[in-house]
Amino acid sequence: MVRPCSRRQSRSCLTDKLPIMAPAIEVRDLVKRYRKGTVNAVDGVSFDVEQGQFFALLGPNGAGKTTTISILTTTLGLTSGTVKIAGHDVVREASAVRREVGIIFQNPSLDMNLSGEENIRFHAVLYRLYPYRPVYRLMPAGYRHQVRDLADVVGLGAEVFKPVRRLSGGMRRKLEIIRGLMHHPRVLFLDEPTSGLDTASRRNLWQYIRDLRKQRDITICLTTHQLVEAEDADRVCIIDRGRVVAIGAPHEVKVELVQETLHIDAADRAALRRRLVALQLPFNEDGHFVVRLNGRTAYEVVQSVEQPLTMLRTESATLEDAYLRLLAGEDA
Amino acid sequence: MPELNAIAAIAGRDLLKFIRDPGRLVAAVVFPFVMIFLLGGTLQLNLGQSAGFNFIGFTFTGFLGMTLFQSTAQGLSSLMEDRQNDFAQEVFVSPVSRYSIVFGKIAGETLVAIMQVIPFVLFALLLRVPLTPLHVALLVPVALLSCFMGGAFGLLLLNTMSDTRAANQIFNFVFLPQYFLAGLISPINVLPWYLAVLSLLSPMRYVIDLARGVVFSGTPEYSRVVLLSPATNIAVLAAMFVVFMVAGTALFVRRETSR
Repeated sequence: MVRPCSRRQSRSCLTDKLPIMAPAIEVRDLVKRYRKGTVNAVDGVSFDVEQGQFFALLGPNGAGKTTTISILTTTLGLTSGTVKIAGHDVVREASAVRREVGIIFQNPSLDMNLSGEENIRFHAVLYRLYPYRPVYRLMPAGYRHQVRDLADVVGLGAEVFKPVRRLSGGMRRKLEIIRGLMHHPRVLFLDEPTSGLDTASRRNLWQYIRDLRKQRDITICLTTHQLVEAEDADRVCIIDRGRVVAIGAPHEVKVELVQETLHIDAADRAALRRRLVALQLPFNEDGHFVVRLNGRTAYEVVQSVEQPLTMLRTESATLEDAYLRLLAGEDA
Repeated sequence: MPELNAIAAIAGRDLLKFIRDPGRLVAAVVFPFVMIFLLGGTLQLNLGQSAGFNFIGFTFTGFLGMTLFQSTAQGLSSLMEDRQNDFAQEVFVSPVSRYSIVFGKIAGETLVAIMQVIPFVLFALLLRVPLTPLHVALLVPVALLSCFMGGAFGLLLLNTMSDTRAANQIFNFVFLPQYFLAGLISPINVLPWYLAVLSLLSPMRYVIDLARGVVFSGTPEYSRVVLLSPATNIAVLAAMFVVFMVAGTALFVRRETSR
């Protein structure tokens, strides 16, 4: 069962289950204070992500998500704590960690002066997949096949050979995904991957990531503001002001933090009100009756009420509701 | 071997960017024309006889050394551009050694600088600067050393800058005095003691003097033009290169991860 972590608990708020094999990501008491900072940007964060899981790191702006991801991908040093990726320590074995991870950055990190393929080639050589050749035709056949296959999979096709500056935002994101997958990473970090994308591009991207998870045993670590994108995650971790405030499966976080409600109304409102009181069901009146289910099913409540209803609607909690509730609680 | 491939890829990217930039290509031809034909020619006509040496050759070697040194040093600031437009993330998250990234960058900017001085050599030949095939062959290692020196110097400077705007200001501040202290277009055989000390601290001085040592070797003007023996210039440049490179790389790596 998941619980929001109190501020005091947050340093040791770990997962509910201890993994048997080495986790894909293992973070223990991570602290980061920037050189000119007066407070910790990340303040005692701990969590595990098992191999193959889809893990979402959520939080408002400035919560410490990107700082955490930067440390996990070795681009930023940590102040204290330990972080292991696929069993490799990010400080002592940074190079081994870099071989295991792929990352789609929050801000596009493509070289606009190069073509899409040239950007991919640059990445492939840096990741020691292929020797460097100055032109595509001279690159090994394996590379050329891989580029063509991945370009077809994400729907880029021959556009991959165009200069990046002539590609749309959606195409650039796809290009970054191809690049991030070239070296078959065990852990793929997606740092707000859909920011700046239109709805269609966002949907295509997620479909591709879902397909990818089916095809490969890849661990995905997502940070996002779009909470709907985290609904499919195996586990979510909500951080605020550098601390973990809740961690668990999305449905667990929702159940714990947000009540499911039943919206009902009747011609004889007074009778319905009396009945709800008799049943000891907590409710509000807002033009109609909003009944908190408190663990009962909507069916059970409707059967107990007995009155003929003129309105019947259930409202399930979204992750966004839980998230907002949690952050509101933190601010209180 | 994988690190060599990474260095080649980083260097190849810089060269590709140069070749695809029409503005830089045009400048690479116009600048030598102005400096060798117009400035060098004018100085030769007006001062050549009284100076007692070939002023076009003097100007040519000055701008040759300056271009190699400064172009590579300033090229290193593209590391900062990469950081500003987020491409640096892609490089720094890769399993390539930070030293390879720096070497690749210096190698790339060296190629760019050498491309930029080819028109200088062609214009010098057109103006009958006495360049033999041996001179040109000897200028190749001189050019490489000058570029490596510029790269190490640029790397060290890079650590003092916060953005590309600051980089331009600092580069102007650092390079402009060196044009005079290194004897770019005017001889520095005689200087007041305080300028002589500053001149000795200018890396560009040794780069230019080394180029002059090659081009003027075996000529009667050698002793009037060249300040130090090529061996001394090479030794000073090698020592400076090691110091700048070690300090610059250490600061650079630290700065990238210890924000």
